[in-house]
Amino acid sequence: MKNDRKRTFLLITIPILALFICFNTIPLIRGVIYSFTNFKGFGSYDWVGLRNYIDLCSDARVGKSYLFTFKLAVFTTIIVNVLSLLLALALNSKIKAKSFFRGAYFLPNILGALVVGYIFNYFFTYILPALADMIGINALKTSILSSPSAAWIGIMVVCAWQAIAMNTIIYISGLQTVPEDVYEAGGLDGATGWKKFRYLTFPLIIPFFSINMVLCVKNFLMVFDQIMALTKGGPAQSTESISYLIYNNGMSGGQFGFQSANAVVFFIVIVIISVGQMKFSSKKEEQL
Amino acid sequence: MKIKGNWPIMVFLILGLSTIIFPLYLTIVIAFKQPSEMTNSISGILSLPKSWSLDNFKEAMQVTDFWHSLGNSLLITVITVVLSIILHSLLGYALGRNKAKSKFYNFVYLFIVSGMFVPFAILMMPLAKQTAEMGLGNWFGVVLLYIVFYMPMNILLYSGYLVNIPMALEEAAKVDGASTWRTYWKVIFPIMKPMHATVAVLTALSVWNDVMTPLVIMAGSEQNTLPLAQLNFQSQFGTNYNLAFASYLMSLIPILIFYVICQKQILNGVVNGAVK
Repeated sequence: MKNDRKRTFLLITIPILALFICFNTIPLIRGVIYSFTNFKGFGSYDWVGLRNYIDLCSDARVGKSYLFTFKLAVFTTIIVNVLSLLLALALNSKIKAKSFFRGAYFLPNILGALVVGYIFNYFFTYILPALADMIGINALKTSILSSPSAAWIGIMVVCAWQAIAMNTIIYISGLQTVPEDVYEAGGLDGATGWKKFRYLTFPLIIPFFSINMVLCVKNFLMVFDQIMALTKGGPAQSTESISYLIYNNGMSGGQFGFQSANAVVFFIVIVIISVGQMKFSSKKEEQL
Repeated sequence: MKIKGNWPIMVFLILGLSTIIFPLYLTIVIAFKQPSEMTNSISGILSLPKSWSLDNFKEAMQVTDFWHSLGNSLLITVITVVLSIILHSLLGYALGRNKAKSKFYNFVYLFIVSGMFVPFAILMMPLAKQTAEMGLGNWFGVVLLYIVFYMPMNILLYSGYLVNIPMALEEAAKVDGASTWRTYWKVIFPIMKPMHATVAVLTALSVWNDVMTPLVIMAGSEQNTLPLAQLNFQSQFGTNYNLAFASYLMSLIPILIFYVICQKQILNGVVNGAVK
């Protein structure tokens, strides 16, 4: 009987584990191996040692893509969290048609990022300039997507439009865990408005705040679809995210080996940030 | 007090809602219009179409091979969801029940769950090569990859859920002489139903909207998924935005219908998945 149990568990685990190794671990190792070669994606290749990694450090385009990706991730994370926290507070208060509003506010999240990007692309290219022309705002008369210094804002808006939906839902479920008597007790002590939020509500939903931070940072660092739909990395390579650069130059630009090195560095960066975030948030939760 | 407090909140919510409705309104009106109706002024773009004709949709269906792409998307999504529920729940069960007392299972658990940190960017190039070598540069290869990509998250969900299912249930079945395999399907699998719903929703939403995996893997197969078709036919729309928007709208409709029908399950699933 005991053996049957053991054998069944092994028979379940081994094949699925093999599948995982075949399509996750092996490609990961192959990626690391390619990063030490000058492979173009086809034909023969040679070992080049650490040259790709050394070149990576001095490559202006790669540096620019890291700067852009982090700028986008940081600003979008802040905006998304502030707005979705506000929305969650509003949606959790005593209002009419609560479930309708909650359902409607989640809608952007289920739509595909690529198509959403195309729709916003049209909005930024035609509607926004026309509106600006009508009101008389000169700065917005040309499409922001064609301006190297402002295109990232367009990408941020599209990323935020979808991510707010997700974060709001998570904050609402956090707010629902706050028991009503906490507010009653706080009310007796004279806590209202901002004070009530800062000292009563927020500390209680910190776990949900951590979830949202992790979700946001990870998603925005890997941003790809929105770039594809809005700018294709342009203008003047000002909006090339790391994923987009690896895809574009690695898959079709003949830089298979070099971009593999870039991907390895990107992987390490993601691991460091994720582990750091988890350490930080578990410490925060302990303090409470 | 209540009425006073509600007023500004309502205004805030309605204003916020308009930022969600506006892009959708834009999509619908442009999708139904003829290019001649699109004058350069704002009112030309935003006004309602003169007639609600379906011509744009008919043409967009032909240009983007809509039914084929829809079929591929449905096929990939349904098979991925079904296989994910079966395989991930099985593995989640095997790992969840053994990781506390067995070093091997604990290692496998951590090994798979840490796969969550691996960005697609690093797997993309080797996988494109590997799937091509294995003859998997098609929809089936994409399904296999999805099963691997969503494994870490789903294993985490399933084995987390198992903690709440008492061992006594299995032991009772064992006393009755049922094998472990049978016990799983008869007792454990049905009990995990709420988690199946969560996994199904999360997996389906991610698979349905994913562009990157099919883009990289199916590039040579001349097959499209619904989002991939939008990308690949983008150049054929040219400046005929009405045609493009008809195509965008069509690609959004299936998931919108799904959302309207299963809104509650989707919201629950998404929250469960994120919070656990």
